[in-house]
Amino acid sequence: MNGIPIEHGILLAAILFSLGFVGVLTRRNIIFVLMSLEIMLNAAGLAFVVASARWQQADGQIMFLMILTLAAAEVAVGLSLIIQFYKRYQSLDMDQLSKLGG
Amino acid sequence: MDKLWLIPTFPLLGFLLLTLAPLTVGTLPRKLSGLIGAGSIGLAALTTLYVGNDFLNSGEQSFQQVLWQWFQTGSLQVGFGLHLDALSLVMLSVITGVGFLIHVYSTGFMFDDPSFARFMSYMNLFVAAMVMLVLADNLALLFLGWEGVGLCSYLLIGFWYTDPHNGYCARKAFVVTRVGDTAMAIGLFLLFQEVGTLHINEIIAISGSQWSSGDSTITLIAFLLLGGAVGKSAQLPLQTWLPDAMAGPTPISALIHAATMVTAGVYLIARTHPLFILAPDALMAVAIIGAATLLVAGFTALTQTDIKRILAYSTVSQIGYMFLALGVGAWSGGIFHLMTHAFFKALLFLGAGTIIMSLHHEHNIFKMGGMRKKLPLAFICFMVGSAALVALPLTSGYYSKHDIMLYAWALPGAGPWLWGVALLGALLTATYTFRLVFVVFFGPVSSDHAEATEAKSISMALPLLVLCALALSGGYWALHLDSVLPASEHPHVPALVNGLTNAVPFVGIAIAYLYFGSRQLSVERLMSLPMAKNLHQFWYSGWGMDQLYNGLLVKPWVLIAQINRSDIIDHFYNVLALINRLVHELISKTQNGNLRWYASSLAMGAVLLLGFGLWS
Repeated sequence: MNGIPIEHGILLAAILFSLGFVGVLTRRNIIFVLMSLEIMLNAAGLAFVVASARWQQADGQIMFLMILTLAAAEVAVGLSLIIQFYKRYQSLDMDQLSKLGG
Repeated sequence: MDKLWLIPTFPLLGFLLLTLAPLTVGTLPRKLSGLIGAGSIGLAALTTLYVGNDFLNSGEQSFQQVLWQWFQTGSLQVGFGLHLDALSLVMLSVITGVGFLIHVYSTGFMFDDPSFARFMSYMNLFVAAMVMLVLADNLALLFLGWEGVGLCSYLLIGFWYTDPHNGYCARKAFVVTRVGDTAMAIGLFLLFQEVGTLHINEIIAISGSQWSSGDSTITLIAFLLLGGAVGKSAQLPLQTWLPDAMAGPTPISALIHAATMVTAGVYLIARTHPLFILAPDALMAVAIIGAATLLVAGFTALTQTDIKRILAYSTVSQIGYMFLALGVGAWSGGIFHLMTHAFFKALLFLGAGTIIMSLHHEHNIFKMGGMRKKLPLAFICFMVGSAALVALPLTSGYYSKHDIMLYAWALPGAGPWLWGVALLGALLTATYTFRLVFVVFFGPVSSDHAEATEAKSISMALPLLVLCALALSGGYWALHLDSVLPASEHPHVPALVNGLTNAVPFVGIAIAYLYFGSRQLSVERLMSLPMAKNLHQFWYSGWGMDQLYNGLLVKPWVLIAQINRSDIIDHFYNVLALINRLVHELISKTQNGNLRWYASSLAMGAVLLLGFGLWS
């Protein structure tokens, strides 16, 4: 169990998070943005798991389970929104959703 | 006597009926409007007769009737109380009696006017306010009536509001009298501060022990009250509004600007006379203002060509006599002259109204002429009215004015001077009055109005005849005002003074006859003298008072207003608003609706916060 140092785990989580975030910022296709969000969520989950392994506490694992459920719910809502969006605009370009500008 | 409250109520009901009926049941028939308008005043006059008779028979000095508490704040209690004594009874009789005659005349004179009902309703409101002014037992209620008549005067001067000039005249009258009213209001505040009440009888009771004669506070109060009286009664230096007030319909000039409202100042001084007696300086000022005004207005009347303006300046001049009377201590004489003046000046104005109506709104006396045969009724009215105005013996004006002049002579100190001024004023009165009579009624018939016929209707003729009778006989009614006003012994004057006082009107008539009747003396020759033209111009403009006020007050004010057209203080707030708007636009730029932009600013914020946490 002590094979992987915690720094490596956290670093991996950070890299995953950054990748996801860059995806959110740069992707125009809204499905890819949703996927990038999932990656960011999983990065956060990974950080929890790593921390829980380091301190031998179960809290982190439970947190990961919660994040997993949350991600499932989020995807369900997100995908239905995307379907509505596609129906209305016949496109998946996220930049078209800027009607709320001030 | 407990029917006293009905006297202001009838005119007020008439006003409400005439104002509210068109809103609810539609336009009233003209005859009905006339009936309501004149009838309400008729009822008030009958009530006055009844109450007055009761009052005189009861032999009491005064009668009080408190209707209800008007308002109360702190130690100030103002009741809606009426106070009847000999002085207010005289005023009441003049207001309702002469007022009724003028209302009847108006139903004929104004019958064809499109706004006949509005006219009658304003007139009724005026009478209600004037009766309140006269009957009030406290100065706050008096002030209510005082402002009420001012409002009605404004409404009625500007009655034909489609002509902007009439509106200008109405505003001028309102603003100029407001100057006096402001002084009066300050006087009332000061009075309340000093004695703690506004009830007239209480003030009079306290004043004797509160102040010694000539005390500076009471002098100040008396001067402030005098300011109000001067504004309302069109005395120097606030007389400029009255001639312009002639823009209103002629019955208005008769009712408001000759018989009743403009004499309110005289009434105010008479009502608060104990205060003025305690302030000899203010009382002297009353006399001097009166004397100066009667002279200035007399000279001005001599040069006017508009028939109503001549009568207006004559009114100013006659009120000057009343002020003179009050100032020299001829209290009853002043009120007596107020009454007789109401009779004969109302007669003259209504007669002038008949002339103006018959000649299709001709005001210039030099375009009239030879109207003696064409307008016999107006001629009779003017002969009677003029005789009373110039105080020919046996007419009503003689008894009142003669008295005033003898009292003026008897005043120790400045007496003979004041008498001399009054004598010159009487000469002027006779000259300008008979100048008017000779120019209008004698001489060749003017070519402009050769086919004029007299506008005759019973409702106009009857009041004129009644007023003729009053103007002739009004002097025989002895007024017993000694219970209200301080009595003074009838002055003993040298026979010469008495004779001169009697003779002067005849001299004035003779001068007028020579210049305008027989034309043995030529006005043109007189005018060709050096100075004469300038003097004529100066008098014609009312001694340049209008120009003086224009240059001194109106023009600088307009200039300031023009400089400050875009309000200077506003700039500061405009800059504040501009900054707000700029910041708002800047911030609203960040809300561009772009999700990516929000996400990256979120990230930047997180990085900044983290960085800040790490560094510090």
